[in-house]
Amino acid sequence: MKFKTMTAAATLALMTPAAVAADPDAKLVINGQIELTTETEAPEHLDRMRTIRSGWTFRTEDTQVLQMDDFDNPAMIYVDEARDAWYATEGAADQSCASCHEDPESLEGLRAQLPKWNEEAGKVYTAEMYVNECRTERMEAEPWGWDSQEMKNMTALISSVSRGETVDVQIDGPVRETWERGKEIYYSRYGQLELSCATCHEDNYDNYIRADHLSQGQINGFPTYRLKQANLVSMHNRFNGCIRDTRGVPYEVGSDDFVALELYVASRGNGLSVEGPAVRN
Amino acid sequence: MANVRPRVRTPRSASAGEVVSIKTLISHPMESGQRKDSQGNTIPRQIINRFTCDFNGESVLDVTMEPAISTNPYFEFEVKIPESGDFQFTWYDDDGSVYEDTKTVEVS
Amino acid sequence: MDFTRRETLALGAGAAALTLLPVGASAASVDELVNEFTGGADVADGGVTLDAPEIAENGNTVPISVSAEGAASIMVLAAGNPTPPVATFNFGPLAGSSSASTRIRLAGTQDVIAVAKMADGSFARTSKEVKVTIGGCGG
Repeated sequence: MKFKTMTAAATLALMTPAAVAADPDAKLVINGQIELTTETEAPEHLDRMRTIRSGWTFRTEDTQVLQMDDFDNPAMIYVDEARDAWYATEGAADQSCASCHEDPESLEGLRAQLPKWNEEAGKVYTAEMYVNECRTERMEAEPWGWDSQEMKNMTALISSVSRGETVDVQIDGPVRETWERGKEIYYSRYGQLELSCATCHEDNYDNYIRADHLSQGQINGFPTYRLKQANLVSMHNRFNGCIRDTRGVPYEVGSDDFVALELYVASRGNGLSVEGPAVRN
Repeated sequence: MANVRPRVRTPRSASAGEVVSIKTLISHPMESGQRKDSQGNTIPRQIINRFTCDFNGESVLDVTMEPAISTNPYFEFEVKIPESGDFQFTWYDDDGSVYEDTKTVEVS
Repeated sequence: MDFTRRETLALGAGAAALTLLPVGASAASVDELVNEFTGGADVADGGVTLDAPEIAENGNTVPISVSAEGAASIMVLAAGNPTPPVATFNFGPLAGSSSASTRIRLAGTQDVIAVAKMADGSFARTSKEVKVTIGGCGG
């Protein structure tokens, strides 16, 4: 049987997205216990959209079910690794995370507010920055690379204990300037393809770019286990990848620009539940 | 190999003869031997090539695994539990390592 | 024909990068592998259930299930992979059913084949095409 390869310019959909997309009314409940909000009214500052939806709602049913059970969710292996690291003593000060924080559950609620203003540091802090500050200042240990396995595992653990909490990131006060910068980046076109985050994630979510079902680009599910990498992926890593894919020069992972973008993008999800670590394609 | 961690989900109790569902997972990259590194050299294959599940010494499942099994191999299967006893799960790595996990089930 | 970015995105609708050309030409070795498994015996069509998505969200992690009532073992092959063998499930005396689920890697759109060896020594086979898409940016 002969098939013609399709080109972007010439075709209509051969596959009906509806055939494989998930039931729009499907609810995300983890372990039969944690109920998550995956669709809700857009926050006030987001005047161009009425409804915000988690990336979960854009995935096929097969992918969606992986997130509903902590055993099936491949990301949870990494959370377990981080739990071990949490209790392990490290660094010259002979401390572990547990020495000050007791158990990981003590950080419940934190992820829902991140990234946030750190008064002492005078800037917006992400989870990675808090972890490394503890490691270098209080544990006197080496900092972890932003995208290192250890850091991704730890941010996954920190996120996991806040699952179900409502994302509520501050956009006023001392963070305003950073937030405005993030918003500026979000709406700027980058690269040879001149695409901004908004081009795909605000103007074209639910459409397909080649075979990718475009989401709204929410980050409530990060760090996320991507089936593609078969590993956790951080927010900045994804931002970097997206801008690289516009055939542009992306900002660096951990840069002030990406911290600003993270703050802005997180605030677009105010109202959704913390889902991370989620499972995505 | 570092950080190879098995996990299994088994029931804590069952009735005699009950058929229950078991889930198993092991964190392992399952390096297929198809990938190349940045220098263009092929990254050698290293996978879990076999998984077995026994209950009180009797076989439940024996899987021959190939590089096409995804990273962090996952299996779900059913077992008929005749009596109280122990599950023995074993994963065999290409490099000769053997990873194990055991779980007990009480039959009321 | 000139498309603006906006139009291209709107037309995308998934079809654009669906490689419908089956991947790989391992058909010969699939037959060899099946013959090796069956010892050359006849293979009936049906009697084996193979659950796999019609379109895989990502070829790296594709969930599948196989089931064949009373089977002693089930062999799974991916016809279009660099090497077709995927797994062989051997069911022991305490297996609750001759069924199992797992997650596999598919190099591209192809047929996934399941061959079951029944308790009475006969064989049965089924196959299913799984479309593996090339993503857009995220892919």
